[in-house]
Amino acid sequence: MTAESRPDELTSGPLPTSAASGTRLDRWIGSYADRTHGMRASEIRALFAVANRPEVVSLAGGMPCLDVLPMDVLSELTQRVVATRGAVALQYGSGQGDEGLREQILEVMRLEGIQAHPDDVVVTTGSQQALDLVTRLFINPGDVVVAEAPSYVGALGVFRAYQADVVHTPLDADGLIPEALEATLADLARQGRRVKFLYTVPNFHNPAGVTLSLERRPRILEICARYDVLVLEDNPYGLLGFEGDPLPAMRSMDDEGVIYLGSFSKTFAPGYRVGWAVAPHAIREKLVLASESAILCPSNASQLAISAYLSTFDWRGQIKQFRELYRERRDAMIGALSEHLPDATWTVPDGGFYTWVKLPDGLDAKAMLPRAVTARVAYVPGTAFYFNGQGTDHVRLSFCYPTPERIREGVRRLAGVVQGESELVSLFGTGGGVPGDSVQAPGPDLA
Amino acid sequence: MPPALPVSPRVVVLAGGLSHERDVSIRSGRRVADALRTAGVDVTVHDVDADLVPALSETRPDLVWPLLHGASGEDGSVRDVLELLTLRSVGTGPRASRIAWSKPIAKTSVTRAGLATPEFVTLPQSLFRELGANRILDAVVDKLGLPLVVKPSRGGSALGVTLVHAAEDLPRAMVACFAYSDTALIERAVQGTEVAVSVVELDGRPVALPAVEVVTDGPYDYDARYNPGRTEYFSPARLSTELASRAADVAVAAHQALGLRHLSRTDLIIDDDGRPWFLEVNVAPGMTETSLFPQAAEAGGHDLPTLYRTIVEGALAQD
Repeated sequence: MTAESRPDELTSGPLPTSAASGTRLDRWIGSYADRTHGMRASEIRALFAVANRPEVVSLAGGMPCLDVLPMDVLSELTQRVVATRGAVALQYGSGQGDEGLREQILEVMRLEGIQAHPDDVVVTTGSQQALDLVTRLFINPGDVVVAEAPSYVGALGVFRAYQADVVHTPLDADGLIPEALEATLADLARQGRRVKFLYTVPNFHNPAGVTLSLERRPRILEICARYDVLVLEDNPYGLLGFEGDPLPAMRSMDDEGVIYLGSFSKTFAPGYRVGWAVAPHAIREKLVLASESAILCPSNASQLAISAYLSTFDWRGQIKQFRELYRERRDAMIGALSEHLPDATWTVPDGGFYTWVKLPDGLDAKAMLPRAVTARVAYVPGTAFYFNGQGTDHVRLSFCYPTPERIREGVRRLAGVVQGESELVSLFGTGGGVPGDSVQAPGPDLA
Repeated sequence: MPPALPVSPRVVVLAGGLSHERDVSIRSGRRVADALRTAGVDVTVHDVDADLVPALSETRPDLVWPLLHGASGEDGSVRDVLELLTLRSVGTGPRASRIAWSKPIAKTSVTRAGLATPEFVTLPQSLFRELGANRILDAVVDKLGLPLVVKPSRGGSALGVTLVHAAEDLPRAMVACFAYSDTALIERAVQGTEVAVSVVELDGRPVALPAVEVVTDGPYDYDARYNPGRTEYFSPARLSTELASRAADVAVAAHQALGLRHLSRTDLIIDDDGRPWFLEVNVAPGMTETSLFPQAAEAGGHDLPTLYRTIVEGALAQD
């Protein structure tokens, strides 16, 4: 090797063949739609690849615990559905969803005060599909969606895919803050920006764990009505409260200004992929058409299985069992946080799956994640729940899937990670994060 | 006399593990396994978990091909276990793996063999604890200048790697690095053409495959590596014959100096004066859809299934 070579050798020497043009390993690189340009292969998602190994306590995913489901009963039910209604169950069905199931969904929603007609209900492939359909119907690139700060990562992903601009509005322990929402909407109106809808998870919020108080619900609806902003009420966890009765849904207070999304994924089982939307008449018509163009119809097999479950099994009792299970896990989580992470703060959820933890000052949750994975514990960094790179100092911890014992062990490991990272940060006087990162969360199957 | 080769060798590909690069490893393992099956090799893929040792002891495969990236997969420890089980394997043995896996030790070793590598320091986190951070970092910048590359002393896929242009960004890069490893390697960033040269042993002799040049619209980071489209690859690299030959010589020299076996990949930068700088070597190069080794093999006119089968046969014939 010598250092005498000159730069012009790079071009003057004989070039091997095929050197003139490179490859990007994707011959369709020039064909993708603009909306794909933000899609990235994040190292954070790669780190989650270890989260499904048994050595790792995952406090990251949102998989419900299915251990308490009566598998023998479900097996028999499924068998019966195929034996007695196989020709329907395995056939295409109505784009709007099975009528019998839509009747039963009304019964489920009555627990939260919703009065509706079966025609108002559109069954979807999980409420995630409903979220996609609503966004498809309303969002042109650049339109504004107002969402809580923080907000559900899966919704942000949909909004991003349709090139919406998400403006966050703050939460406190009682959920959306009416005054702050009003200020946000007023500000956007002054800027002449069109807000298409408010996206909100009023009950046992993902990731924040908080619930919109009864007193605030009509106020939020009134503000949105005044600014002519539709409300998208996403309610997968409403029946999973640990104390008392469910609060009335926002949809129960306003038939015309709210699209309501419900789901069997958390109160029964996500594998069926059955959720639904309840929407004002004109919107519902379009939802059905949009759903038919996307999937033709929701799975009849899943719908009939759920329908059979609802009509023959004590599903209310099953939900009660889920609530007790998750309450015990919430208690384990909060107890372990109090014991091991005194310098952090967190929300204490009255239901649902998650607590939202603020790390000690200066820590960056995303930068810390590799250390956590090394210590065999996983969480979701707070930046996943914002559109704009906020949330670096927060993590979402879920208590739905691991046992109480594993939760305590996970939090204990996390405390060691936080301690190590705190030491580094004080040593170098800075966190390790890169600001402005995009949405990063595990896939749905990584608990 | 080498043992007679089985007609259809039974190979266990190891993929997964608990490292930060589990995902990449799973993809590499799947690609190699598919290619080997095409070439008529009887392959099963196994994760590195509690079931592995009993499974290997029971099935006694002809050969194990660890496609593990990071931690126990590359630091030699899985190789130690394979030796304990008296199983033959593809790739570098435990002792040489241990040396190659540590970037600073590998750099020092290749320097002894006469190769150029960017000036560097290796700093454990504990040192900063004892001596304080600012003074050390100031001294690093004084000595090595800017820009600098901060990387974990062990690990791959550019995880925890930061290119630092300004001194005030160095502390943040150190924190990001120490999240992956307790020791940081800080080296002078060499500007130039980034190439990777894969080496494969054919008939017992290390042969350099054509260099692959990497051009990105930013750092060649995790996303640039595994999200097709972000990176433009030139294989063979846009180098003159002479420079290509120098790059090849460096990779073969590194392969030999470090005692590597069967296959390796050396990452280099060729500066504007045409001087190749050794950056690091990979004993378990990535084999995914976007990885450099398979691209180099194809650029060299190799059919991947045939090449992988040749590697398997070479490993079986060796002992």
